[in-house]
Amino acid sequence: MPPTDTAPEAPTPEESEDAAAPAEGVSTEKKGARKEDGDGAAAALPHGDAPGIRFEKVVKRFGSNVVLRELDFAVEPGERVTLIGPSGSGKTTILRLLMTLEKLDDGVIWIGDDTLWHMDKGGRRVPANQKHLHEMRKQVGMVFQQFNLFPNMNVLRNLTEGPVRVLGASKDEAVERARGLLDMVGLADKENAHPSQLSGGQQQRVAIARALAMQPKVLLLDEVTSALDPELVVGVQDLLRDIARESDLTMLCVTHEMNFARDISNRVLMFDQGQIVEEGPPDRIFGEPAEQRTREFLQAVLAS
Amino acid sequence: MQWDWNYTWDILPDLLRGLRTTVLATIFGYLIALVLGMVWTLLRRSPSRVFNGAVRWVTEFIRSTPLIPQLFFVYYVLPAWGLTIGPLTAGIITLGIHYSTYTAEVYRAGIADIPRGQWEACTALNLPRSRVWLDVVLPQAIRRVIPTLGNYLIAMFKDSPQLLVIQVTEMLLAAYKAGTESYHMLEPITLVGVLFIIVSVISSILVRRLERRYATN
Ligand SMILES: Nc1ncnc2c1ncn2[C@@H]1O[C@H](COP(=O)(O)OP(=O)(O)OP(=O)(O)O)[C@@H](O)[C@H]1O
Ligand SMILES: [Mg+2]
Repeated sequence: MPPTDTAPEAPTPEESEDAAAPAEGVSTEKKGARKEDGDGAAAALPHGDAPGIRFEKVVKRFGSNVVLRELDFAVEPGERVTLIGPSGSGKTTILRLLMTLEKLDDGVIWIGDDTLWHMDKGGRRVPANQKHLHEMRKQVGMVFQQFNLFPNMNVLRNLTEGPVRVLGASKDEAVERARGLLDMVGLADKENAHPSQLSGGQQQRVAIARALAMQPKVLLLDEVTSALDPELVVGVQDLLRDIARESDLTMLCVTHEMNFARDISNRVLMFDQGQIVEEGPPDRIFGEPAEQRTREFLQAVLAS
Repeated sequence: MQWDWNYTWDILPDLLRGLRTTVLATIFGYLIALVLGMVWTLLRRSPSRVFNGAVRWVTEFIRSTPLIPQLFFVYYVLPAWGLTIGPLTAGIITLGIHYSTYTAEVYRAGIADIPRGQWEACTALNLPRSRVWLDVVLPQAIRRVIPTLGNYLIAMFKDSPQLLVIQVTEMLLAAYKAGTESYHMLEPITLVGVLFIIVSVISSILVRRLERRYATN
């Protein structure tokens, strides 16, 4: 069922199916850069028909604290968007709503042409039940700041648990795919290690592989390098750059690393108090920000 | 009063038989406590508030009443409703139910200790509820609570002489019977103390070893 109220840059579902024509601001280099031969890292990555995301008048409150006030924004299919903004501006909340870790208070969130938090019942839009949420979540993966690997399982099991239990993959299939992903993240020799035996950077790379093992079409990254020792940041960022370059994933990323944001994203959204202050290609937002609040924020980040 | 070694050796087999009963009651009661405690904990997580309240009230009630009236209730009152069981079985069941309210609390705390990020990772991976519990939450929670559960095993062992009020011939009652026959209480009662200490010390060492093993991970 097509959405009614449309934000200017938002695709209608019909348009979003036509992912071959990138919308304004979406880089075209992605398709060209993808490896043709299909082996190596790219083979392990999800490809094809990533959905767009759209927030319509989304409201999120914590008690009396209104964090998102009728927020509208959209992400194109296959687009990679970075959210920046001061602490407490609601960036994490946006990702957590998409991962269904927080409940939506009002408004509608679209993933592709389906609503995340609502379902259709006899032509009426009603709150989603567990089954609907389960189906919708299959499209979305998330990597957390604190990794959140399962400490009671070894690395391989961390990667196969979801595919076997949720996607119904056979043990052998899941193991094979997991090994491919571990190879891609450079940890092929660690499949029997437990998370506690790995460095932070290694744990985060396993967490990225675990998220990808579920073959999501949307990948959410919430400050995935900010819990890491400085010398481990680059390895994880390089990995994510490769993934961004070689996959078709729609990516939504929160980061304080502006160089990383510049490399990885097609578009940057500057948030403050749950509202978009300004948006545009990274070069413009970082090079010549139009808004005073963006300039102040960037200065503060650079100074730190 | 003189310590009589011959008499001591005479009554030792009876006391050891009593000890066997004590240990059996403890082990089987403990198994009931481990399983039933988990049942309480899971029941208390049901979505119904009324139901949770009821479960909580029942477990609080059992925990805050002494073991002896509970033993009397199971052994003497239940048969009036047609449920007759032998003294040892009644003792084991009562010990198990009584201690299940403690293990439930231990499990609850162990589950509450699991970082929120673990639950969130389960949601992000879309794991079904059964898998969240069986593969992620319980293995981690049980690991954390093994030392505390071990301490309850020792506590239960020390509570088991109370089973004598329903005529379970555990070690203390065996000693008492021997003593009243011969009018010599010193030897049997001292032996009970010694045997209790031996078993307690051995189990403390085992529990501490468990503690160390699981604390380092
Ligand atoms: N579980 C919660 N309970 C209550 N308030 C919350 C909760 N989670 C977030 N908030 C509040 O919502 C607001 C937005 O938080 P959010 O974590 O989305 O900010 P953020 O932009 O990610 O900030 P940061 O850059 O510090 O990570 C903050 O005011 C925060 O205090
Ligand atoms: Mg945040």
